[in-house]
Amino acid sequence: MMRPLVDAIVRMGRIALFLVRVLGQCLPSLRHPRLLLAQIYNAGARSLIIVMLCGLFVGMVLGLQGYDLLQRFGSESALGVAAALGLVRELGPVITALLFAGRAGTSLTSEIGLMRATDQLTAMEMMAVDPVRRVVAPRFLGGIIAMPLLTAIFNIIGIYGAQLIGVGLVGVESGSFWSQMQAQVDHRDINEGLIKSLCFGVACSLMAVYEGFHAEPTAEGVGLATTRTVVSSAVLTLLLDYMLTAAFLNS
Amino acid sequence: MGVSPTAEAVVEVSDLRYAIDGRSIFDGLNLRALRGQVTAVMGPSGTGKTTLLRLLMGAIEPGDGRITVFGEEVARLARPALYGLRRRIGMLFQNGALMSDLSVFENVAFPLRAHTRLPEPLLRRLVLMKLQAVGLRGAADMAPAELSGGMARRVALARAIVMDPELLIYDEPFVGLDPISLGVILRLIQTLNATLGITSIVVTHDVEEISRIAHQSYLLAGGRAAAAGSPAELLRAATPAVNQFMRGLPDGPVPFHVPAPDYRSQLLAVDR
Repeated sequence: MMRPLVDAIVRMGRIALFLVRVLGQCLPSLRHPRLLLAQIYNAGARSLIIVMLCGLFVGMVLGLQGYDLLQRFGSESALGVAAALGLVRELGPVITALLFAGRAGTSLTSEIGLMRATDQLTAMEMMAVDPVRRVVAPRFLGGIIAMPLLTAIFNIIGIYGAQLIGVGLVGVESGSFWSQMQAQVDHRDINEGLIKSLCFGVACSLMAVYEGFHAEPTAEGVGLATTRTVVSSAVLTLLLDYMLTAAFLNS
Repeated sequence: MGVSPTAEAVVEVSDLRYAIDGRSIFDGLNLRALRGQVTAVMGPSGTGKTTLLRLLMGAIEPGDGRITVFGEEVARLARPALYGLRRRIGMLFQNGALMSDLSVFENVAFPLRAHTRLPEPLLRRLVLMKLQAVGLRGAADMAPAELSGGMARRVALARAIVMDPELLIYDEPFVGLDPISLGVILRLIQTLNATLGITSIVVTHDVEEISRIAHQSYLLAGGRAAAAGSPAELLRAATPAVNQFMRGLPDGPVPFHVPAPDYRSQLLAVDR
């Protein structure tokens, strides 16, 4: 009966130990900046299209729903603020993290898992090269750097999406849309979003590299590891989101 | 051939015991690989041949007994010393284990780039020389995915020798190769051993192939060396286990049938 609980705690411990090991190799791995750049490209640039597309749709939905809600109180001119705050503080970091887990996280896990399955990681160890430094650390750092950038792009596109619907379609005044946003959104909101996306970046990248590195070295094992990456990243993101939101509202 | 008492043992395994999840893999294994010789480690599937290699390389620790490589006890080494030891050893993996995101050239250059600060022109020359030795200089710019199985293994061999190791370990080098590639690999192992004096350990179950080049052979069975000697001596050996393996007989001490309930009664019971 206690078994699943114990397993979960053991797993958390393993992940934490792995994080310590990866962190220890992050600085040395910077000696090969090209590896890091390649991974930022991998995690970031390749997720760009999907992040932009989803940002647009989320922004458009915000425009519709926000307008419908705000006009009941006669304050539809606040649509710009509502959309911007919703995106910057909440939807931007969270949805980007979920997309990241699905697009970049899975590809990290399957890539590292495949290296495990084809003995590439073992071969590196036998050649006296630490695979955590060479393979894991650049991917981990690349994910952490890519996440806030992707979030920022998601937010910008999202705000324009809300404007497209709010101003273009349902007729909020363009001046009030932008001026209220400018007056109400300040650096604390931006900071909250930035810190959230950094935390999600650490969580999602860590889960992706952990699952890949510890995948069962078979085709089936790599598939299972990929699934676990998405599930754990999503759960962890939403859990962290609640904790961070609570912390920011308190302060 | 045979064991000369004066030759120095590069690898020495004494009274090795190792178990996974309570299942004994090695139970008092003794084995020596002498400098400059080709030592074959043979055995049926599942006798722990690959486990032995992992033990030799210090990837896992023995339950009991000693493994020394170049006179150092592997299990006692901390990670930096272990990595130092591994730089003197080349290893050829069964499937090549080439880095899929690097070209053939970069794969062979990988250990050099990781461990040395050679100027680029010198490094390029070294890599080209090693590729020439395995006959694949013309494939330098290809990706590992474009190579056939035999070619991938030759690239992996070039990578294994690029640091000029003193000891070369081959894990099942003949598995899944066509006769031509097999002949090429066989000749390469022999040439490397003869011309560079590299001590070689070949783990395999291809009796015929390895018997042509091995100086000393060990046959693993039941967690220990069931027989040791030159290939010719092993072929003459009278014990049933050795005989079955060397001649490839389907039934013997290693049974053809997996343990099962009585055949007749199980067939009859199907109707009920």
